[in-house]
Amino acid sequence: MDALKLDLSHYRELLKQYINTQDESALYEAEQISKRSIQHNISLEEIINTHINALEDIYPELPENIQHSMSFLLEVMISYGLALQEFQDLRETQLEIKSEISVAARMQNTLLSTVKPDVEGFDIGVVSVPANQMNGDYHHFIHHEDGTVGITVADVIGKGIPAALCMSMIKYAMESFPSEHKNPSEILESLNRVVERNVDPSMFITMFYALFNPAASTISYSSAGHEPGFYYHAADDTFEEIRAKGVVLGVTDMAQYRQYEREIHAGDMIILLTDGVTECRQGDRFIESEEVLEVIKSFSHLSAQELVENVYKHFEKLQDFHLRDDFTLIIIKKDV
Amino acid sequence: MDFRTCVNIQKEWDIVGARQFGRDFSKKLGFGIVDQARIATAISELARNIYLYAGSGKICFDEVENVGSRGICIVAIDTGPGIKDISQVMEDGFSTSGGLGAGLPGVKRLMDEFDITSKTGEGTEIRVVKWVR
Ligand SMILES: Nc1ncnc2c1ncn2[C@@H]1O[C@H](COP(=O)(O)OP(=O)(O)OP(=O)(O)O)[C@@H](O)[C@H]1O
Ligand SMILES: [Mg+2]
Repeated sequence: MDALKLDLSHYRELLKQYINTQDESALYEAEQISKRSIQHNISLEEIINTHINALEDIYPELPENIQHSMSFLLEVMISYGLALQEFQDLRETQLEIKSEISVAARMQNTLLSTVKPDVEGFDIGVVSVPANQMNGDYHHFIHHEDGTVGITVADVIGKGIPAALCMSMIKYAMESFPSEHKNPSEILESLNRVVERNVDPSMFITMFYALFNPAASTISYSSAGHEPGFYYHAADDTFEEIRAKGVVLGVTDMAQYRQYEREIHAGDMIILLTDGVTECRQGDRFIESEEVLEVIKSFSHLSAQELVENVYKHFEKLQDFHLRDDFTLIIIKKDV
Repeated sequence: MDFRTCVNIQKEWDIVGARQFGRDFSKKLGFGIVDQARIATAISELARNIYLYAGSGKICFDEVENVGSRGICIVAIDTGPGIKDISQVMEDGFSTSGGLGAGLPGVKRLMDEFDITSKTGEGTEIRVVKWVR
């Protein structure tokens, strides 16, 4: 149980020195002993025992009542010692769990990786950063043969491992849909049934699905209760919320989703995000979405990728480098 | 195990009797005061579980030997309700006292060997051994 014992003679000499001189240097050394003991897993009761033995060595005539009092102290410390051991074991377990999670996070990154489309006439930027190790946000690009691109942005209400597991399921469900299945409303309706059947009712998934047609310069989209995105009108330098009605995935099995379409004009931007962006907090204060838009505007002269990265850095700093929620931001800019 | 001595556990007071017997016995076997205190604590945990959950039972003591080393063997036996999920009970932090190191995982830490058999509705037997070092 005790891998190592305290060095009794060292302890005794130190104790003697201290009793004689009340010297601070002996106390400093005592501190070192205490730290070393923790490092070497020397139990609390073992330290007290060493103290008792040292005391008896120094004072062979130690009164019996003092001896008994020391045994009493030892007894009192046994349960403390046990609690400390449990704590150490739990700390080891925690480290194991942490490393398992980081493996899982790496796997998730591989599983959910996606390639940002490179389309003529447009500039696209993406950032997605998890608050903890595992990302509960999801974004994905599907490159269709006809040149159109399916864009998914989703958010699982709830964070961490359950959210991440859920996302992997969503991804594979979407991949199993036939390739001619491209309409945002249809996709959300199919996905809704999958989620309703397979995901724990306590878990909610919001999703924005868009079919982007670069050749026609249009985007059609549907939303399942997802945080609305924004449309930037270059002509009058204003933002407009991209409203789309639709119930969160998995709530009812017969959900229907409306599909909307808009044309994208030169210099305009489509901004898709998760609530980790709009619900950034500065201290106790939630920032307003106007603030997000201000920040986006202030970087809008940059390329789309630089733009999203700068917005992220801005809010990362604003939140003292401690994200409270997963942060995903996608910006599609039409060239002028 | 012919000469095993047992202490019956029926009242809370009997826990003290079992501790006392275990301490004297371990002193005789040559355990130092730290191990005596550990053994007494393990006995407390076992006896208190009998008292609380089984109502009554006994704690038996024996000397054991193994290639030159001596040890104490303590068996806690009852015919109470038994423990349904042993793995769960052996998990840190499960006990009702809530992760204060005590309970059955604590007994396991205090002793060198730990063995538990339990059948729901029939009872529980926990056997622990500690060797003199
Ligand atoms: N002899 C027994 N018979 C039946 N059930 C038992 C017995 N011993 C333990 N248990 C069950 O196992 C559980 C865990 O026991 P353990 O001694 O580890 O913790 P505890 O008694 O709940 O809390 P603590 O001992 O920390 O005060 C008990 O809550 C009880 O349900
Ligand atoms: Mg108990």
